[in-house]
Amino acid sequence: MSAVADTHSQEHHHGPAKGISRWLLTTNHKDIGSMYLMFSFAMFLLGGSMAMVIRAELFQPGLQIVQPEFFNQMTTMHGLIMVFGAVMPAFVGLANWMLPLMIGAPDMALPRMNNWSFWLLPCAFLILVSTLFMQGGAPNFGWTFYAPLSTTYGPPSTTFFIFAVHIMGVSSIMGAINVIATILNMRAPGMTLMKMPLFVWTWLITAFLLIAVMPVLAGVVTMMLMDINFGTSFFDASGGGDPVLFQHVFWFFGHPEVYIMILPAFGAISHIVAAFSRKPLFGYASMVYAVGAIALLSFVVWAHHMFTVGIPLAGQLFFMYATMLIAVPTGVKVFNWVTTMFRGSLSFEAPMLFAVAFIILFTIGGFSGLMLAIAPADFQYHDTYFVVAHFHYVLVPGAIFGIFASAYFWLPKWTGHMYDETLAKTHFWLSFIGMNLAFFPMHFLGLAGMPRRIPDYALQFADFNMVSSIGAFMFGVSQLLFLFIVVKCVRGGEKAAAKPWDGAEGLEWTVPSPAPYHTFSTPPEVK
Amino acid sequence: MRVHAKRAVALAAGLLSPAVVVADWTMNMTPGVTGTSNQIFSLHMTILWICVAIGVVVFGVMFWSIFAHRKSQGAKPANFHENTVVEILWTIIPFAILVAMAIPATATLVEMYDTTESEVDIKVTGYQWRWQYEYINEDFGYFSSLSTPRDQIENRQAKGENYLLEVDNPLVIPVGKKVRFLLTANDVIHSWWVPEFGVKKDAIPGFINETWTRVDEPGIYRGQCTELCGKDHGFMPVVVEAVPEEEYNAWVAEQREAAEKERQLTQKDWTLEELMARGEKAYATACAACHQADGSGAPPAFPALKDSPIATGDMTAHIDIVVNGKSGTAMQAFGNQLSEVDLAAVITYERNAWGNNTGDMVTPKEIFDYKNQQ
Repeated sequence: MSAVADTHSQEHHHGPAKGISRWLLTTNHKDIGSMYLMFSFAMFLLGGSMAMVIRAELFQPGLQIVQPEFFNQMTTMHGLIMVFGAVMPAFVGLANWMLPLMIGAPDMALPRMNNWSFWLLPCAFLILVSTLFMQGGAPNFGWTFYAPLSTTYGPPSTTFFIFAVHIMGVSSIMGAINVIATILNMRAPGMTLMKMPLFVWTWLITAFLLIAVMPVLAGVVTMMLMDINFGTSFFDASGGGDPVLFQHVFWFFGHPEVYIMILPAFGAISHIVAAFSRKPLFGYASMVYAVGAIALLSFVVWAHHMFTVGIPLAGQLFFMYATMLIAVPTGVKVFNWVTTMFRGSLSFEAPMLFAVAFIILFTIGGFSGLMLAIAPADFQYHDTYFVVAHFHYVLVPGAIFGIFASAYFWLPKWTGHMYDETLAKTHFWLSFIGMNLAFFPMHFLGLAGMPRRIPDYALQFADFNMVSSIGAFMFGVSQLLFLFIVVKCVRGGEKAAAKPWDGAEGLEWTVPSPAPYHTFSTPPEVK
Repeated sequence: MRVHAKRAVALAAGLLSPAVVVADWTMNMTPGVTGTSNQIFSLHMTILWICVAIGVVVFGVMFWSIFAHRKSQGAKPANFHENTVVEILWTIIPFAILVAMAIPATATLVEMYDTTESEVDIKVTGYQWRWQYEYINEDFGYFSSLSTPRDQIENRQAKGENYLLEVDNPLVIPVGKKVRFLLTANDVIHSWWVPEFGVKKDAIPGFINETWTRVDEPGIYRGQCTELCGKDHGFMPVVVEAVPEEEYNAWVAEQREAAEKERQLTQKDWTLEELMARGEKAYATACAACHQADGSGAPPAFPALKDSPIATGDMTAHIDIVVNGKSGTAMQAFGNQLSEVDLAAVITYERNAWGNNTGDMVTPKEIFDYKNQQ
């Protein structure tokens, strides 16, 4: 408790600056965390509104609302904004807020760099979104931007897209360096590695993944830049280049990227399930090893995205086996969560609802992932709506529900108020139903043969597309409710105790709610 | 065809009214009509049932906890949080299941990769946005483009039964023979997929991919391009007609003869009107997707041809860009895609349509000479 007394005495001297400079110049991890979260939510709404355009066009067969050129821009921008603008910054925001509080550190290790890595993001996205208004339109080659569609055949705005990706990459790498430096150097005395909370563990591993693969992404977009503007032929077959090389390099980044978007959620969910089961997390050590195993395996499975490009049989078999292997550590995590709930004393506040939905729906996404890993079957699934269903099942109830669960779990700590539980439960049920209605029928569409990324489709796909669109609209609209709940909670509400959840564990609950501007100026003792 | 919507209902949707379609709630993969597709189907069902079984156990335990171990019902939490034996068990058991699954998958894959001893070889080339089929040993080939009218896509007309899954010239293959496909692409990456064959392979510029099929049931099988290839990715279907061997042989003879006739047309003396009439058709299939039917294009990627400096300027420059394309842009080289007659017709058409009234005309012979002097 000494930490709390200290922060109180310092608060008067080191409060936040006044006005806009507080936000522009801040080096405070809580301010930066809040900015990351707000930015990410804004991007979530923007990327979501693009998804609404997509689903509106696909509501019925025929072209009604947009032309194919614009449709392709929407699918591309939706993917890019959701991955790089919504999910990744949300987790960095959570990391900023919670890592110092969880390990008993006063702030992130590199606070000025922290400020810079945040403010790069709005710049990057300003550039990316401005391409929508350029001649020839925004990038239209899918978020995977396969060459040569994105090089020789790309719109003029591609160069701006490349620059935006570079800036995002710089931001992510700096964020990751900061996370690693903080976790490895600033833990409270007594907090050994195997005593770290799981959110800290998963973020540490995620940060290493980021540092390993973001430069690879930078490399591949730089090669594109050279092909487009400087006459090289990395990916141009007519100049001796290799379009498949693009895919190898892209997915060497792309697959670990998938885990970058889910591992922090694994960590947060582990805290939430344990807290609302009022029981310690089952198998802490095996959870840590499982995350490590997943991260390592994620580097040797990239070509499962490329089963149809004609890689040799031996390569095909290797990537099939390696991919199937990932099911083992992922399974271990699910079994541990379920066993944590088993014989607990469960209650179902909003964070727990989102966490339970996370486990069930992420597991369903895992199942379809296992099916996709079977290379011969993948020849039928590949690039159909089955894949779209699969990755939305791991990203929406996975990453996004993980973020919602974390937000509700820690909102009392951030704001000092309890959020409106009834509204939050409504938000959950609307999201849950909407999300399943939107994405479950996509499995059927894919199996019936509907390719992805098409603006119009054959008549036999009409019914499920309509259902899916209705679900998507429902999911989309209910996110405005979340905005309302958060604003309401910031402005007022029932006062939150330092530890508002009776089953919660961890240093973050030892400081008052709302967490003072400076916390843990003297480190707490961990036994 | 089990997967197809019912025509009657599609027609009933009526003019201008958006198509309200048919209860076709197909939920699962279909077994298809080839050995490969049946093997894939059985792998798919096996892994699906394994997932269902695991799901029942895991979610069963979870729902049991959710109902029985609620705080509101006075459940007191236990305090266990570790058990090495359990951890090892639930690592080893899934691993064993995966090994069991990998064995049949490997066998199927090995068979899918065996493209030897084929009886018919067909080269499939992806273009933005149609397919070219070349019968390698038979000396003929042709393009296969979407035949669904624009009016159906723009909702001005009721959608037909095979909306977006119909082409002008389907690929024809004989039943009961091992057909090998050699896939490549001319511009961007495409992917050639016929679900009922269990065949999907990317067509990549600069690469030749191989795959094969053997269809035993005559019929018409439909698929689509499955790799995003630009604007009209959703509008380049694959249609394959599998016919009995005699019928196939007769068809091949017919095609060879037609190809020969086409070559002779080059020598014929053409009038401006004849070329314009032919040019309009060729333009609609080869050029209109980008440059639009009215020549207005979609700048900057696809420049307008109406009043364009090339279509109203120097003839040789115009022939050059159509025959050789323009590198670094989406303008392809049509020299090998279209016959001399069609090239001459298209160029003549572009120079005289939409108010470009240059009065110029280029004959197939001139195109032939132009190509040969290069």
